[in-house]
Amino acid sequence: MSLHRINLKINGVAEQVDVASNTTLLQMLRDRLALTGTKNGCAAGECGACTVMLNGEPINSCMILAVECEGADLVTIEGLAKDGQLDVVQQAIIDQGGVQCGFCTPGILISARALLNRNPDPTDYEIRDALVGNLCRCTGYVPIIAAVKQAAQMQKQAAQ
Amino acid sequence: MEKSDSQKIPQPVGENVQRIDALEKVTGSAVFGDDIQFGPGLLHARIKRSPHPHALIKKIDGSKALALPGVKAVVTGEGFDGYLGLYLQDRHIFATDRVRYVGDPVAGVAATTEEIAEKALDLIDVEYEVLPAVFDPEYGATPEAPLLHPDLKNYAVANFIFPKADTNISNHFRIRKGDTSSAWAQCAAVVEHKYRVPHIQHVPIETHVAVARVDDRGKITLWGSSQSPFAQRNLIAKALHISQSDVEVIAPYVGGGFGCKAGVSMEALAVAIAMKVRGRPVKLLLTREEEFHTAFVRQGVVAYFKMGCDKDGKILAMENRYYWDGGAYTEYGVNITRASGYSGTGPYRVPNVSVDSFCVYTNHPVGGPMRGFGMPEMHAGLEQCVDELAHAIKMDPAEIRLRNCVRGGDIILTGMKMHPTGLSECIQKAREAIHWDEVHPASGPNKRRGKGMAIMWKAPAMSPNAGSSAWVEMNEDGTATVGLGGQEIGQGTFTVMAQIAAGTLGIPFENVRIARPVDTDYSPYEWQTVASRLTWSMGNAVMAAAKDAKRQILEVVAEAWKENIDDLDIVNGNVISYKTEESISLQDITIYGMPRENFNGWIGGPIVGRGKFMPTYVTGLDPETGQGERSVVHYTTGAQAVEVEVDLETGRVEVIKAVAAFDVGKAINPKLVKAQMEGGLVQGLSTAFFETLRLKDGVVINPSFVDYRIATSSDAPADIESIIVETAQDDGPFGARGIGEHSLVPTVPAVANAIYAATGVRVGAPPFSAEKVFLALMEAGLVKGV
Repeated sequence: MSLHRINLKINGVAEQVDVASNTTLLQMLRDRLALTGTKNGCAAGECGACTVMLNGEPINSCMILAVECEGADLVTIEGLAKDGQLDVVQQAIIDQGGVQCGFCTPGILISARALLNRNPDPTDYEIRDALVGNLCRCTGYVPIIAAVKQAAQMQKQAAQ
Repeated sequence: MEKSDSQKIPQPVGENVQRIDALEKVTGSAVFGDDIQFGPGLLHARIKRSPHPHALIKKIDGSKALALPGVKAVVTGEGFDGYLGLYLQDRHIFATDRVRYVGDPVAGVAATTEEIAEKALDLIDVEYEVLPAVFDPEYGATPEAPLLHPDLKNYAVANFIFPKADTNISNHFRIRKGDTSSAWAQCAAVVEHKYRVPHIQHVPIETHVAVARVDDRGKITLWGSSQSPFAQRNLIAKALHISQSDVEVIAPYVGGGFGCKAGVSMEALAVAIAMKVRGRPVKLLLTREEEFHTAFVRQGVVAYFKMGCDKDGKILAMENRYYWDGGAYTEYGVNITRASGYSGTGPYRVPNVSVDSFCVYTNHPVGGPMRGFGMPEMHAGLEQCVDELAHAIKMDPAEIRLRNCVRGGDIILTGMKMHPTGLSECIQKAREAIHWDEVHPASGPNKRRGKGMAIMWKAPAMSPNAGSSAWVEMNEDGTATVGLGGQEIGQGTFTVMAQIAAGTLGIPFENVRIARPVDTDYSPYEWQTVASRLTWSMGNAVMAAAKDAKRQILEVVAEAWKENIDDLDIVNGNVISYKTEESISLQDITIYGMPRENFNGWIGGPIVGRGKFMPTYVTGLDPETGQGERSVVHYTTGAQAVEVEVDLETGRVEVIKAVAAFDVGKAINPKLVKAQMEGGLVQGLSTAFFETLRLKDGVVINPSFVDYRIATSSDAPADIESIIVETAQDDGPFGARGIGEHSLVPTVPAVANAIYAATGVRVGAPPFSAEKVFLALMEAGLVKGV
């Protein structure tokens, strides 16, 4: 199969990757770039474990071909903390006890970050709605929802 | 300086310290099975599986597959004649002469890419002779049913499992206590029901993954998502007729287990394939669809209950029968059957008991252990029957539970004397928290509100002598590294073990490390990460190891300081003398020892403490009556209460508030205990409202998250209250016992009882989908059909 050269930015760093036309973004991240923080839970767009931010939007990376990402700006879980400083969503999910096995956590944190980017003061309902595509089997979601609320507060305080 | 009271709980035990694995899990750096890098030499495995529920294998031809470029090996059961099985060895690695479920592995392929491996599967020709199949455990238990394991009588079996030769019954557990037949006449009310609880699946977000490599000497290394590294080493070695020490299992973080990654399921397939391509690592990663089709299932059960009470609500008798759908093979099913037998009355004091629990082979997927190990399935019906008894004699359902719930000193159904337990306190606290006696108006004219309660018990179900071991090694910097063999599967066990080690040693929590990943070549033995047993069993081993290390350290200092060891202690990472008030940091002494007076030689050396724990007191039970002195190690008990609102127009049930109260003995980390209570409750609600693994002629017909729905963020109740009750466990570390599984055991019947309280309609077995509830309301005449 012929390869396609794509250029994109991942976590602020320019990358050039040669990929097959049927390689998904998830496969490229995990198998080609060893960015294994993004998880494969179903490869069918149903569980949200592979959520990354593509040009600011949370998407299931298993449902997008790598070749579609030419020129894209991508944020994965590895790019959420900046200079060793956790993102507020990361700190809040620790504080609220929203981490158990940790397999859904990267996808959830990306969805939460994307939510707070577009809506810095979400209601309970809006938080649940934003996370509905991220399945978690351990926590029962309650501490995760509380974490997003806390992160919104922290973000607000930091901005003041 | 005051000498500390030895009875006092030392810091940080009982504190909400931050999870030791939190940082790596929120940054994406935590390594799970599929994250390990093996380089370009990695081969990918795929499995050829049976399309038939029951058939004889006439011929397998893999020659065309082997000829495909990129294919490195095609492997069948030829040459693998050993058996797998934890309690009953009834399964080859690959099916050889006969397949027994849709998905039974018949051949495996290793290739350079997944695509090539997948393509090769289509080129393997398998010829079958289809046989009649068994899809119902009650039918399977009859003499008319086709025999699925004609060799059952020859299988190796644990001495507490009783298969019946020339039947499909792989275990029959019996309880006979008192006289049920004469008890019914004294009852003011008798309730009798049958429930059919469906198969469900564990659905960890991480599917099963195993990577195996075999070196030139024949040593096997297996990396995988595993709750049971040591059991896998043992069982795989036995199946291959090799030494346990020639199998090394390395187990990174587990992305959710809930039981399905215990024992051996698909791991031996990767090993068998890797044996044919020595030197090359071979990865087998189940797709989500394959996971739904072939991973362990929570067995379905057909349960019959008959119970009666007198006019004061005293339960006089129970006659319960359980037919477990064990599936094609029985890695754990036989012991789930046993557990639901010896706990078969639920958490009640019942003088006259008859319980029969059968594990029956069927042509369904293999029954594995799932969170609760038979208890959620059993309590689902049992706790609805108790509720009905209460209503039959016009007694408050909470009151009948208070009157009959098991208490310390009671003789339970097996003849064992119950240890102290706070079940009645759990009931009281749940009752208060849900405002049991208040009536809340519904939010609309077509809605009904109601509250329901259910209680539970569960003992760790395991081999009676399941053991744990641990070491505590001191480092140059005064930190301690804890070696252990139990797995971090999300429950927080690494954190809790670090707390136990820190508290016992007398060093800050931050100064404890857990040696990971668990590696059977380097880590100390641990039976398995199952049965909610780690806090208790592994906790005891870690505590013993920390005590041993502490004793070694204090002996060195006592000799160097010429003091009595009883006057010394370790506080906050320093050895101190209560007598002289002298103090020395651990940093200086736990590796290099201490100089003798006037530098006249040295004392001590590197400190490594060791500890173990194994319950030695569980006795056998009489095979006819199930009676014995000590049937189990202990029971964790608890109660849940929920308030629901039922929409009469749609049948949709909304959980307004949910309350959980469990007696955990001692909460080493209350925040983690509550996380188990909360997560388990929502998983319980997921099973109550949504989950069924739909099997049609043995085929799973909903193998995706779209068709097999689990609870999402929109389904979690807004109001959950978790209450910790602490009645100390006499042999638990600081009094602790387990909580992982218990939190979903009473959820289904609590919801069912609440729906009844709201509508007067009994909805029976789960799931209580809107459709099912609506139809039940319609049948009861509460609503008209549309």
